[in-house]
Amino acid sequence: MSIIVDKLNYIYSPGTAYQKHALKDINLEILDGEFIGLIGHTGSGKSTFIQHLNGLIKATSGGIYYNGENIYDAGFNMKSLRSKVGLVFQYPEHQLFETTVFKDVCFGPRNQGLDELQVELRAYEALKMVGIDNDLLDASPFELSGGQKRRVAIAGVLAMKPEVLILDEPTAGLDPKGRDEILEQIAKLHTESKLTIILVSHSMEDVAKYVDRLIVMNRGEIAFNDTPREVFGHYKELERIGLAAPQVTYVMNELRKRGIPVSIKATTVEEAKQEILRVMKQ
Amino acid sequence: MGIIKAKNLLFEYIRRDEEGNVESINRAIDDVNIDVKKGDFVAVLGHNGSGKSTLAKHINALLVPTEGTLWFKDMNTTEEANLWLIRQSAGMVFQNPDNQIVASVVEEDVAFGPENLGVPTKDIWTRVEDSLNAVGMMEYRGHSPNKLSGGQKQRVAIAGIMAMKPECIVLDEPTAMLDPNGRKEVIRTVKELNEKEKVTVILITHYMEEVIFADKVYVMDEGKVVMEGTPRDIFSKVAELKSYRLDVPQVTELAYELKNSGLAIPDGILTTDEFVDAICKLRQ
Repeated sequence: MSIIVDKLNYIYSPGTAYQKHALKDINLEILDGEFIGLIGHTGSGKSTFIQHLNGLIKATSGGIYYNGENIYDAGFNMKSLRSKVGLVFQYPEHQLFETTVFKDVCFGPRNQGLDELQVELRAYEALKMVGIDNDLLDASPFELSGGQKRRVAIAGVLAMKPEVLILDEPTAGLDPKGRDEILEQIAKLHTESKLTIILVSHSMEDVAKYVDRLIVMNRGEIAFNDTPREVFGHYKELERIGLAAPQVTYVMNELRKRGIPVSIKATTVEEAKQEILRVMKQ
Repeated sequence: MGIIKAKNLLFEYIRRDEEGNVESINRAIDDVNIDVKKGDFVAVLGHNGSGKSTLAKHINALLVPTEGTLWFKDMNTTEEANLWLIRQSAGMVFQNPDNQIVASVVEEDVAFGPENLGVPTKDIWTRVEDSLNAVGMMEYRGHSPNKLSGGQKQRVAIAGIMAMKPECIVLDEPTAMLDPNGRKEVIRTVKELNEKEKVTVILITHYMEEVIFADKVYVMDEGKVVMEGTPRDIFSKVAELKSYRLDVPQVTELAYELKNSGLAIPDGILTTDEFVDAICKLRQ
């Protein structure tokens, strides 16, 4: 099972003065069970791209194959695609609307046409997956903290049992601890529930710590597509397109320049620590 | 006495039911005492719900204390006669750039503040030009704000405040919604305004690396100020910060971890350069 994106192009407002070629010949394969990071400066096409993956936007040309089926084929079931590819938007807590946490999470599966028992089971399970305690189920979603609200919103998508979970900057505006908690939950969904995850982020430190593969977008094109370690090795090019590497990458490069024979491959604090200790013990 | 002084400041959000009976009381600020020197760059850290934004809103009297007092330039914020004067010289910039832009052309947006202050037209234009130059957005003066990036929009919002010639700017998570470049632009701009224009800056943020050059850092937790000091003092206490749901810059954490593993690295490393110097010294 996989998603294959084939020569995808998208043009906003074609034929008008506002015409903008937002996605240019995107080719990509996303395998089952991958944890992918998607980075790029504001306006690079990230959000436009992820909205193609569950059919919210239709490409101007090119195709997307979900498990071998072209989603643009006449008989393709778009509704089921949208259940299978769950999209968590930026600030998803703004979309909470029900009177209780539990009812809010029930909304998605109920719309899928499941019977009430199934709906409630799924909602219960999804809230457990994101670490929301049972005593909060009857609380109003608006009484929760920022981090809790966001987890409830993610549970709302999980309750539809997606195979692929796409999150658009799930940690924006959260405090450092809240950031870590959400990312740990997402990592757990990946390892324990075997979900394919696509994480859109502005935090290089976060993607370096969690993802297997990093896709960098620039001006509607894919600039890099590799492991975080390889991608951050190109930190000078990343800076030119408005991005950066994690702070430790700069530290390791600077040490190297000053004649300390460390490998410059470290992208997390833990890796940098081990590498510096190794060299200092020599 | 400094430009901002809070004494035993206490603020409660009181929720009432339909009949006006008190349903619940949430104490957002609990006995806070601060004293900010004119011209300082002050950072406020704290987790979501720790009371940072509530405190910020007291500085320009958007909120007034339930108990205790806040003085801005010796003016008590509870006295209604002071409101205009306070709001003219304490400007606020919020998190979402899209919520603070009012006009359809950049220069008109920047002119909105001074126009409301009744500044004569030709002075408004000088102020608009000065402020746009100060934030590096002069070349966009005739553009529509809609087409700008998040960082550019925030800089326009800051220019709009600068055009009112405030003595103090309060920025409540101005970079939370920006990409790394936008974040850098905004922080560089704020730092420059502080250094060149001598504006007092209060910066509220969740990004630890944005506060390393502040003159003073306050850490809030459950409505109280729980730590206060220079960035170096504060970031030397890694474990304590983490207990308040906060973090330290990556390079500070790396130095702390290495120290715990037995390397003789000083506490409170804040920048890549300091870190590299410390390691090089050890190798000699």
